[in-house]
Amino acid sequence: MIATRSRAALAHALKDTWVIARRNLLRNLRMPQLVLFATVQPVMFLLLFNYVFGGSIGRSIPAAAGGKYINYLVPGLLIQVAIFGSGQTALGLTEDLSKGVIDRFRSLPMARSAVLGGRTLSDLIRNAFVICLMLAVGVLIGFRYQTTFLRLVAALLVALAFAYALSWVMAVVGLLVRNPEATQSAVFLPTFPLVFASSVFVPTESFPSWLQGFADNQPVTVTANALRGLILGPGALPHGQTVGGDVFLAVAWSVGIALVFAPLAVRIYRRSVG
Amino acid sequence: MTDESGPIVRVEGVSKSFGDVVALDSVSLEFERGIVYGLLGPNGAGKTTLIRVLTTLLRPDSGRVEVAGVDVVADPTTARTRIGLAGQFAAVDDYLTGRENVEMVGRLYNLSKAEARSRTTDLLERINLSDAADRTVRTYSGGMRRRLDLAASLIGRPEVLFLDEPTTGVDPRSRIDVWQLIEDLVRDGTTVLLTTQYLDEADSLADRLGVIDHGRLISEGTPDELKDQLGGSVIRLSVSDGWRTATMEALGATEADSPQFDELQGRITIPAPLGVRSLQEAVRRLDAANIVPNDIALDKPTLDDVFLALTGRAPAADAPADAATPRRRLRIRR
Repeated sequence: MIATRSRAALAHALKDTWVIARRNLLRNLRMPQLVLFATVQPVMFLLLFNYVFGGSIGRSIPAAAGGKYINYLVPGLLIQVAIFGSGQTALGLTEDLSKGVIDRFRSLPMARSAVLGGRTLSDLIRNAFVICLMLAVGVLIGFRYQTTFLRLVAALLVALAFAYALSWVMAVVGLLVRNPEATQSAVFLPTFPLVFASSVFVPTESFPSWLQGFADNQPVTVTANALRGLILGPGALPHGQTVGGDVFLAVAWSVGIALVFAPLAVRIYRRSVG
Repeated sequence: MTDESGPIVRVEGVSKSFGDVVALDSVSLEFERGIVYGLLGPNGAGKTTLIRVLTTLLRPDSGRVEVAGVDVVADPTTARTRIGLAGQFAAVDDYLTGRENVEMVGRLYNLSKAEARSRTTDLLERINLSDAADRTVRTYSGGMRRRLDLAASLIGRPEVLFLDEPTTGVDPRSRIDVWQLIEDLVRDGTTVLLTTQYLDEADSLADRLGVIDHGRLISEGTPDELKDQLGGSVIRLSVSDGWRTATMEALGATEADSPQFDELQGRITIPAPLGVRSLQEAVRRLDAANIVPNDIALDKPTLDDVFLALTGRAPAADAPADAATPRRRLRIRR
């Protein structure tokens, strides 16, 4: 009896989550400029970094990259795309809050978790699309994975797991800041140092030692290294690290971030709007 | 099923504060099934706060709230299955079509896909949006969006519908459409609670009215009872300064109440208990005395007048209690 009831509640919650996610995805499809900018930005990063810095950075990258900076750059950019993409979670939520849409949702007999669950789910799907598109452009300008296709797929999943975990952090940011314009800055301020003070674009060995200490241990570097290990092989990793170890650490970071921030976001959602 | 005999909405001693600001101060009201209850008050009076409490969006600090037989504080989940809400801003999605918007809300009311679809088609027809149903809402006018928002709030077939200022910012034609729709709903047995800043709206729609100011319910009754408190229409006219005394004398003979000269507005005001006929009589008298006023008009009592009558001051939610004076000074400058 209780089991059937909780199963029905779960089915109800999943249905509501999907209804919300579908609505968000439809919005994305009908705002071509939004998808355009979300895709153009990472592709632009890809082209700029490859052609502007590729020549000089190329010499200092690990041999496993096959002597091409693009092979080193693409795994890093996957993370960068995931991080910037997750910022959309905050922006989408504040927009709904400011337009009274959340009030409408809260007056309906729908699952309480569905607004946040649907939002993060639709952002995950959108992120997957943007990441695949960027990967395709990368292949066009010379990127080749150095391991197996299966490992490449595994790398994409690790990147998406990280993006999903960050979406919950961004949900907290959006719910706390509430104002769409202010949220824009609130999202980018912390993400820039995390992305640049990491191994996303260049190996951390060239950083001053105080910065390297931070860079080597922060989740963006850990995840970027895990992706490089999967896509380029163990030779792409800093000395003493293994592919399995980095993947484990990266997944642990994602799970840990989600476990802290998802319940926090749900709590703030319930409190702040009621 | 809910109890059919008791009041459908019962609010008992509800208070709500935000920090130092008292938004609702021990509000009590109740009304029966099948009527339109109008909540009249200026911006910031507490109308929206009360709606938010009634629709489970806000927990009151104290007091009891029952809607359709359900305690909304203790059991908000059940309450939500019995209510519909159309907030102050049309909460429809610009990038979805009209049909998608309404269907989505239907799905969130736990209707099956097929049922959500067929009810949506019916509702869109009812609000005259069938032709625009498959266009994105971005292309809709303000009035169309309001109607669509109403349709969305109706798809769950609520027992009580809450409308927060349903016609604020709506063009006159759509306003009539919205009124018509509300009247149809009530005929079909829905109970409606609506808030408004407009006396004429409250007058034509509401069976019962509550006047709310500074978070307190200051008066309750039927629209007629409320208007009796106001004393009906007035004639306002202005004449050049030299003609004032002659005008006052000419009009003084027409009415039991003597004409009043309002220094601040520079106008003469006389009561017009017979409405247009009083105005006709006044014009005849002026004509006989060879007086041509600069302007003359029959004025309906406004919300300002209601508040003046009920509270002794003009409605100014954010202003201090003696707000009437600065408001009037503002008028002279214009």
